[in-house]
Amino acid sequence: MSPLSPLTAPSGLPTVPAHGPDAAARLATLADVTASDAALRRFLHGLPGVDAVGLEARAAMLGTRSIKTTAKAFAIDLAISMIDLTTLEGADTPGKVRSLCAKGVSPDPTDRSAPKVAAICVYPDMARIAKDALGDSGIHVASVATAFPAGRAARSVKLADVADAVAAGADEIDMVIDRGAFLSGRYMEVFEEIRAVKQACARPDGGAAHLKVIFENGELSTYDNIRRCSWLTMLAGADFIKTSTGKVAVNATPANTLLMLEAVRDFRDTTGVQVGVKPAGGIRTSRDAIKYLVMVNETVGDDWLSPDWFRFGASSLLNDLLMQRQKLSTGRYSGPDYVTVD
Amino acid sequence: MDKMSSVFEYAPAPESRAVVDLAPSYGLFVDGEFREAADGRVFKSLSPSSEEVLAEVAQAGAADVDAAVRAARTAFTGWSALPGTERAKYLFRIARIIQERSRELAVLESLDNGKPIRESRDVDLPLVAAHFFYYAGWADKLQHAGFGADPRPLGVAAQVIPWNFPLLMLAWKVAPALACGNTVVLKPAETTPLSALFFADICRQAGLPKGVVNILTGDGETGAALVGHDGVDKVAFTGSTEVGKAIARTVAGTRKKVTLELGGKAANIVFDDAPVDQAVEGIVNGIFFNQGHVCCAGSRLLVQESVRDEVLDALKRRMSTLRVGDPLDKNTDIGAINSAEQLARITELTAAGEAEGAERWAPACELPSAGYWFAPTLFTGVTQAHRIAREEIFGPVLSVLTFRTPAEAVEKANNTPYGLSAGIWTEKGSRILWMADRLRAGVVWANTFNKFDPTSPFGGYKESGYGREGGRHGLEAYLDVV
Repeated sequence: MSPLSPLTAPSGLPTVPAHGPDAAARLATLADVTASDAALRRFLHGLPGVDAVGLEARAAMLGTRSIKTTAKAFAIDLAISMIDLTTLEGADTPGKVRSLCAKGVSPDPTDRSAPKVAAICVYPDMARIAKDALGDSGIHVASVATAFPAGRAARSVKLADVADAVAAGADEIDMVIDRGAFLSGRYMEVFEEIRAVKQACARPDGGAAHLKVIFENGELSTYDNIRRCSWLTMLAGADFIKTSTGKVAVNATPANTLLMLEAVRDFRDTTGVQVGVKPAGGIRTSRDAIKYLVMVNETVGDDWLSPDWFRFGASSLLNDLLMQRQKLSTGRYSGPDYVTVD
Repeated sequence: MDKMSSVFEYAPAPESRAVVDLAPSYGLFVDGEFREAADGRVFKSLSPSSEEVLAEVAQAGAADVDAAVRAARTAFTGWSALPGTERAKYLFRIARIIQERSRELAVLESLDNGKPIRESRDVDLPLVAAHFFYYAGWADKLQHAGFGADPRPLGVAAQVIPWNFPLLMLAWKVAPALACGNTVVLKPAETTPLSALFFADICRQAGLPKGVVNILTGDGETGAALVGHDGVDKVAFTGSTEVGKAIARTVAGTRKKVTLELGGKAANIVFDDAPVDQAVEGIVNGIFFNQGHVCCAGSRLLVQESVRDEVLDALKRRMSTLRVGDPLDKNTDIGAINSAEQLARITELTAAGEAEGAERWAPACELPSAGYWFAPTLFTGVTQAHRIAREEIFGPVLSVLTFRTPAEAVEKANNTPYGLSAGIWTEKGSRILWMADRLRAGVVWANTFNKFDPTSPFGGYKESGYGREGGRHGLEAYLDVV
């Protein structure tokens, strides 16, 4: 069996992370494509098209990979460490958020070797509660913002929403783009809004919350739109691109996530800037999560196989991963009463 | 944040061999019974991925050919007189048994042929069953097929099939022949006889009348005796152009009807407005599917000069992720070359490619020590004059050529003695139609490649053969029509 060879390194340029200090200078080299609405439109519409049948066939083929034994154990732990454990309900309370944080720190009370999750994802008014609960655990607080999930509010309100979450200690901001503006072709408006939000992510200490940009693929509707949106948001300085809010009918799918992985790969090849990817919504089973990891592995390779570069936006996924993990270590299936509800 | 990154290695995921119950030896299937060859000769079938002997099979000689043809002739009277609905019942039954036994047959096919289990499981076997279902549906509707009010079968069909898709090529031949009321004598390829013998067992399981299907295992000599036999009314062959020509000479001047599905050197044409990621998948699928042992393989990549570098970079990156190895591992993309002989031919032609000045590239790739293996390979700087641009390699080897305009693409694509298939990659619908009108190839795929369906006719232009298999057109080859 031939091992997967490492994928080709980006031509020439050393890689810099999108959230690092050098990314801005790299993006500036592409300033001409974002210099005007017309230039931006020309650029986005000049990207190669996406053949839906072929894209979905490739995603389906990768879904047939058989991940067993040691590979499965590796993938399950990796998947747990990539989870943005999420609660985004109108009914959220400080108590609910605290219990979720406790679970994120120690997902399996019977097995302390289980990795902790990457982040706890909450609404802005819960960011402070989560920050306090997580303390120095190393788990990030991610806060949705910009009038999530619809994004239908004045820009000043969106920016205040972001500033609020950052001030409350959010390490990561998950913003939604203005899909209305995107679909009506007002790309520059979307671009500028992302730039403004990125600025609002800055903290007084000189650092900044990482910015994840949510497309809401279910509303963008075509794969061509998703590819254009990927480039638009990366050019605007997104640190992560994220499929969806989890609040509409179609959220992350293998095909739309594969397309976004291809986009971050191509973007790094072009600019040297590495951007992360976060599928969110509808990924509930270990089997699904492993399919996504296979897709990462065979599309962008090792460089993205870490919580710094790939996340799952999910809530129920964690328990399924834990049950599978217990099965692998004990040899039998446990059951929902052997993992915690929160 | 924790750094968890390390290599995501897939653990071996072998499909179990236990589902296949292989006997140490197999006889010929004649008149509903397994029997030894009249002269007692046998040969061995190897697993090309390990060189392990899988089973010994009988080597049919002239006497066996005669017995099988006579059995088929006798059975023809009753079989052709059956109402179409009755023949359909048998075909539907065979199709369902194939589905029920598909895991077993997929493993067997991968063992005997060397192709990855992912392909035998997800491509070969579903298509095999689909072919029987499809032609079962035609059996009682032949009067509506456009070949007259009451089209009659031809009689005894001699069918000789290749080793690249043993069971699928059997299905392409046997299903329409039986649906139309013919009886058959089929000779599977020398290196892949086993799935046809399992099919014989399926015929018995389905209660098919004796002599309707006869299977003769053997080599080229057996095939020549079969197609040359006087009692044969129809010859259907899939395989090399060289053998196809010999068959055409043999049957010239006789009453036998012939269909030939021969070699190919298909152009996969990528325009600068193609969906690049999907085009790369299509190029990979076009030439590396089934180790490139595909007569309609997209073995010549014609890429527009303006996107050559971009496409080649992406293609090389993608080729580096192909997993070559154990055909029974569910994660294998490329299995074993079918035989030492075929490996020698691929090796010889690729050496000629280098000698003629083309530049060879293959990803770093560890090949197993036993068995027959060839790494996925591409050649750049290939011109129309190179042997690797003209001759069928029938292996995982892609020749890359460039073009500047659509007219040049058509000219280069058609500049081959073959004409089995072609692929077009562009987002422009009008260009697809313009190109498809001008390409002299039996199948033209648009923004996809190597897609098969029983409803779609398949066959060649020029030295790729004549006659069509599949679809309504496929009935014509087995009906007595002018």
